[in-house]
Amino acid sequence: MIYVVTAFLWVSTCLYLILGGADFGAGIVELFSEKKYKNQTKKIMYNSIGPIWEANHMWLIIAIVILFVGFPKMYADVSNYLHIPLVIMLLGIIARGTSFTFRNYDAVNDKWHNLYDVIFTYSSVVTPLFLGIISGSIVSGSIDNQATSFQDAYIFSWLSWFNVSVGLFTVVICSFLASVYSIQSVNNQEDKTKLRKRAKIYTTLIFVAGGIVFAVSVWKNIPLLEWITKQIYGYIAVSLATISIIALIYSLNKKKDQLTKVYAGLIVVMILFAVSYSHFPNLILFKDGTKLSLLKDFGAESTINMLAWALLLGSVFILPFLFYLIYSFNQRQKI
Amino acid sequence: MDDFIAARSQMAMSLAFHIVFSCVGMVMPFMMAIAHYKYLKTKKEIYKGLTKAWSKGVAILFATGAVSGTMLSFELGLLFPKFMEHAGPIFGMPFSLEGTAFFIEAIALGFFLYGWDKFNKWFHWICGVIVGISGLASGILVVAANAWMNSPSGFDYINGEYLNIDPIKAMLNEAWFSQALHMTIAAFCATGFAVAGLHAYLILKGKNINFHKEAFKISSLLAIVAALLAPLSGDISAKDVAKRQPIKLAAMEAHFETEESAPFVLGGIVDQENKKVDYAIKVPGVLSFLVHSDFNKEVKGLEEFPEDEWPPVPIVHYAFQTMISFGMLMMGIALIYLIAQFLKKEWKNKRWYYKLFMIATPFGYIALEAGWTVTEVGRQPWIIYGIMRTVDAVTPMPGIQYSFYIFTFVFITLSIILVFLMNRQIQNVAKLYDPEDPNFNPEKH
Repeated sequence: MIYVVTAFLWVSTCLYLILGGADFGAGIVELFSEKKYKNQTKKIMYNSIGPIWEANHMWLIIAIVILFVGFPKMYADVSNYLHIPLVIMLLGIIARGTSFTFRNYDAVNDKWHNLYDVIFTYSSVVTPLFLGIISGSIVSGSIDNQATSFQDAYIFSWLSWFNVSVGLFTVVICSFLASVYSIQSVNNQEDKTKLRKRAKIYTTLIFVAGGIVFAVSVWKNIPLLEWITKQIYGYIAVSLATISIIALIYSLNKKKDQLTKVYAGLIVVMILFAVSYSHFPNLILFKDGTKLSLLKDFGAESTINMLAWALLLGSVFILPFLFYLIYSFNQRQKI
Repeated sequence: MDDFIAARSQMAMSLAFHIVFSCVGMVMPFMMAIAHYKYLKTKKEIYKGLTKAWSKGVAILFATGAVSGTMLSFELGLLFPKFMEHAGPIFGMPFSLEGTAFFIEAIALGFFLYGWDKFNKWFHWICGVIVGISGLASGILVVAANAWMNSPSGFDYINGEYLNIDPIKAMLNEAWFSQALHMTIAAFCATGFAVAGLHAYLILKGKNINFHKEAFKISSLLAIVAALLAPLSGDISAKDVAKRQPIKLAAMEAHFETEESAPFVLGGIVDQENKKVDYAIKVPGVLSFLVHSDFNKEVKGLEEFPEDEWPPVPIVHYAFQTMISFGMLMMGIALIYLIAQFLKKEWKNKRWYYKLFMIATPFGYIALEAGWTVTEVGRQPWIIYGIMRTVDAVTPMPGIQYSFYIFTFVFITLSIILVFLMNRQIQNVAKLYDPEDPNFNPEKH
């Protein structure tokens, strides 16, 4: 049963990155779009996330609940040493979620909306940045569980060049996803061309940001390459991701928007797979070399069994309903 | 501010806000569904407008509740990591089920809000009902988890270790039923009075009267039924607390000495140092009756327990008194409502009748917050009753007061914006929602 729970943890993280990530991306793309095209971008982006944005963020809650029910030691350690980035991420989540709601449900359209827009777009950058920093800290062995000073324990456990580069990479991934997903939400050819062009820019940025992560890992002696290439699956994942990027650019040129979406998803899944598989079954690496393993450091056996059943049962209820929502949402009016 | 107090205050504040959002999310969908049902049955546009108006409120507060809930799932670990490390696997079951319920709620709300004229009308209606039912289920599950902190079960505590964990038994602990029942009724009562009060105010303002009267009818009905049921569930709760946590009950009543034919203490100023209550009205025998259904039986006082296991008696006592008083006031209003409904129909056209409801707008929420203060402060100094002290669970990280200040700022700002936003919705009832209004033109907005 522990494998079922682990699989759910991975899948919900993955879905959060793909769906929730695209939501964050919508805000980032809006922030960096040229001024005169901003309002149109806002409309397009809203149209591509609209009614499912709420559900997209449930995956984070599912992942967190799995963590604290199934792997309480990991949850406790992460929330202790990464307190500060978690709080910043939380503030980002609050600011983003509420401003998104406010700007869509406010009955009057006046200058208040400028404020909502500013909060929404900036928090859309901050939240995934810190999400990336947190993920980086967990897998790169930067959490100092032997620290004796405040700085070492609560600041330098997460603040490092490598973790920040992972944060930036996450931001780029999010905006890449959003830029690709949004193409299908418009009908107007002119808009489509513009969006495809933008998707290409963000695809290029993935190479750049990924390159930075590798460069920093070499500079700071983090054996990232070694981790990924330790197993044959790592190679396969990285090659698949690379092939998908090439295929994605090709399908962008050929205007096959549905296919482009699939490739974009595949790229992100492969990247996550390569990174998480490299340590499996370990999830958290500490600075002193100790590790917390998904297969060893879980809560009680009985809890894991019940949790697995709850998750399986939950999926039976949720998934058909969710797919129908996404399906009927895709049938709606385009702009 | 000391870190321990800061951590507790931050948790208390986050919960106090989250409770309001989540109760609205639990109850308003039902009001919405009733209005929607009336629309489908009568085809009167006014009900459609009302459904839409309320669904906007649900959407705004649901989204706010979702983010404050996400925050709480992190804050538990951020502020009390030691607690979560041990308690997570034991009391986590309801949280994992709650995740499912909440997910369904979000999906159903998506269908409902964007599904007008797109789906079969009854499928659309059912989606609204599902929002309410899954919201209610979430609420009950979370309360079950809280009840475990008051009544820990489903594990053996041996030499500081938590063994033989049974998550189902932990979820179905002794306190869950009475707590969940009282909380559900309280949620209906609080939201019912808040919504009815708001519409009563708008009736008094004299615009879109028919629209607000329909809204008032539905919301006040729920409020009144709940106000009449609350004392019954409260009685079940009190008896349950007396059995499981006699020290909490004693603190609620500031009952220092063990007595036969114990009096019910009304009001008064608690003097914890000298172990007495000044200026209180004491009704002899009533506490014994409430606890044991017998006017003469003995009720244990605080003196039976070591003083370092006492909760802060004044806070618990005052909170309990507040809850009871507002509960009584709402019951009184419920009686007036019944008279107006069946005996004196003309009251329903009197201004004072609506003024009464307008004044009562916050009553339900005051009682609800006070009730939670009783439950949570009354559990202190324990985080897991009788097993782990709150002070041993708190995060070792210093400087929590800054986090408390930041979160206080965020929550206050959020509340101000919410009020502002709700006000803008209300200002636009004529244009957006009331089809009988000459300015009605939802397309333009």
